[in-house]
Amino acid sequence: MSLRSFVSRPTAHGLQVLERGSWLVFMVFLWWGVSGFATAQTVVPPERSLPLWQLKSGLHFAGKDVQALQADEFANPAQLWLNQGAQAWGLPSAANGKSCASCHGAAATRMQGVATRYPAIDAASGRLFNLEDRINQCTTRHQQAPALTPESDALLGLSLLVTQASKGMPLRVDIGGAARAHWQAGAALFTQRQGQMNLSCAQCHDQNFGQRLYTDPLSQGQPNGYPVYRLEWQKPGSLERRLRSCYAGIRAEMPPWGALEMRQLALYLTWRGEGLPVEVPAVRK
Amino acid sequence: MKWPTLTRREGLRQMLRVGLYGATAQFWPSFAQDMASGQLLSVAQMMAPLTQGARVLQQDVKIMAPVLADNGTLVPITAQVQSPMTAQDHVTHLYLLSQRNPVTQMAVFHMGPWNGRAEVSTRLRLAGTQQVVALARLSNGEFRYGQMEIIVTESACVDAS
Amino acid sequence: MAFARIQWPERVLAGDVVKVRLLVRHPMDTGYLQDLLGKLVPRNVIRSLTCTWGQQEVFRVEPSSGISANPLFEFFVRADQTADMLVEWTDDRGVKGSLRQTLQVLPKPSA
Repeated sequence: MSLRSFVSRPTAHGLQVLERGSWLVFMVFLWWGVSGFATAQTVVPPERSLPLWQLKSGLHFAGKDVQALQADEFANPAQLWLNQGAQAWGLPSAANGKSCASCHGAAATRMQGVATRYPAIDAASGRLFNLEDRINQCTTRHQQAPALTPESDALLGLSLLVTQASKGMPLRVDIGGAARAHWQAGAALFTQRQGQMNLSCAQCHDQNFGQRLYTDPLSQGQPNGYPVYRLEWQKPGSLERRLRSCYAGIRAEMPPWGALEMRQLALYLTWRGEGLPVEVPAVRK
Repeated sequence: MKWPTLTRREGLRQMLRVGLYGATAQFWPSFAQDMASGQLLSVAQMMAPLTQGARVLQQDVKIMAPVLADNGTLVPITAQVQSPMTAQDHVTHLYLLSQRNPVTQMAVFHMGPWNGRAEVSTRLRLAGTQQVVALARLSNGEFRYGQMEIIVTESACVDAS
Repeated sequence: MAFARIQWPERVLAGDVVKVRLLVRHPMDTGYLQDLLGKLVPRNVIRSLTCTWGQQEVFRVEPSSGISANPLFEFFVRADQTADMLVEWTDDRGVKGSLRQTLQVLPKPSA
């Protein structure tokens, strides 16, 4: 039974045009999908093992004293490194007289949002940079000064200062383009069993957060509080240091400082914690 | 060979003991992972070198600190002494003593009537679960003290970063 | 370079007993820990810290390894008149640090 049995001739003609048109549109989409244009442009976001609505900062799992220390604007020990960072920001380089402020102006305003985007691909070299790498690139290239040692007070101070400009802003890292391959490497690392204890990050931090490892409550392993003042270190430290200490904890072989592996894992973690607000200066045990 | 005989009474007693320990470890996990380093001094031993026979009373001194420390490297503490802090009657020294640390005297605060209030706060390092004593020396040569037990547990993971 | 900060209430009237908070950056190395190469980190703690307000020493503490790194000290002081608060400290290595800030005291409003 055809369409024309129920409607008038002009309407039937219109419906036929519509029918043929829809068929044409369908064929175009089918071709587009099959040809790969769809996957290239409308990227399907990768599946999250931890849904966004379930994300919780490490602060949530921390004890009352740690929470109080983070909230105490005066007594938070990391404030002393922030002071150092603020001083270093305006310090002219011995080689060419340029300070961070010469190019960037005031850190509090001009560095807003920067810390939420790292790790990121450096346009010039194509390498994956974390925030400390970026600071060092500025130091060597634009200030003609030697690179700052990892975990040195000077680098921590600057890193804290730049991060503070993004206080409260949500983490949002780009995993498209060249970063995608790094993200995939990081995702693989996160679920890979390692070390003498043969544990993966996911086993503690995806599957068992909220439970206790001995008396320590397990957090989700979120990166929104870095650089962090860790009571265990009695000084601030970067995310790279914290990941290395996780490796030590599961008795895995630690990669050297500056390893790409650590940055890939950091990229994955920052994507995994998307939307969490930057906490600075954060305190953890 | 003759096996030692276990009476029903003895057997039940042993089972009760095991059960009690087990239950304690279950419900008080910190007890199971208590950090137990160093020698435990008695409160008298902690104070004797400082008091040296003077009159010591356990009163007027209050310690405010967490019952379970988040981490032994930083334990916030406040010690408060009830004292009018006048020229005639005030606290001259306030000692914070550790029962278990390698160095017993963690800090000594010098005070006087200019303070207005005999209260100090700081952050301690505690090498394991122990009694912490705040010992105050008064202007008349007498001592007052207060004590508190603070539980410190070991970190779950080794950090060699 | 010494990094330290000191804090007291914003508005201090003569006769008030105010809380002073002091935070000093110092590793307070105990001498019991090793660095990552297995070498013992020698003991280096703040041996003595004093706080002088005007001419009067209002606070003195002699810490040991039992005080946390980057120590916080809080104490009380009876407000008298505006004067400089000078904090000075020495550690086991003989390295000294200091911090000076003026504590403003407003005259007590007549009742």
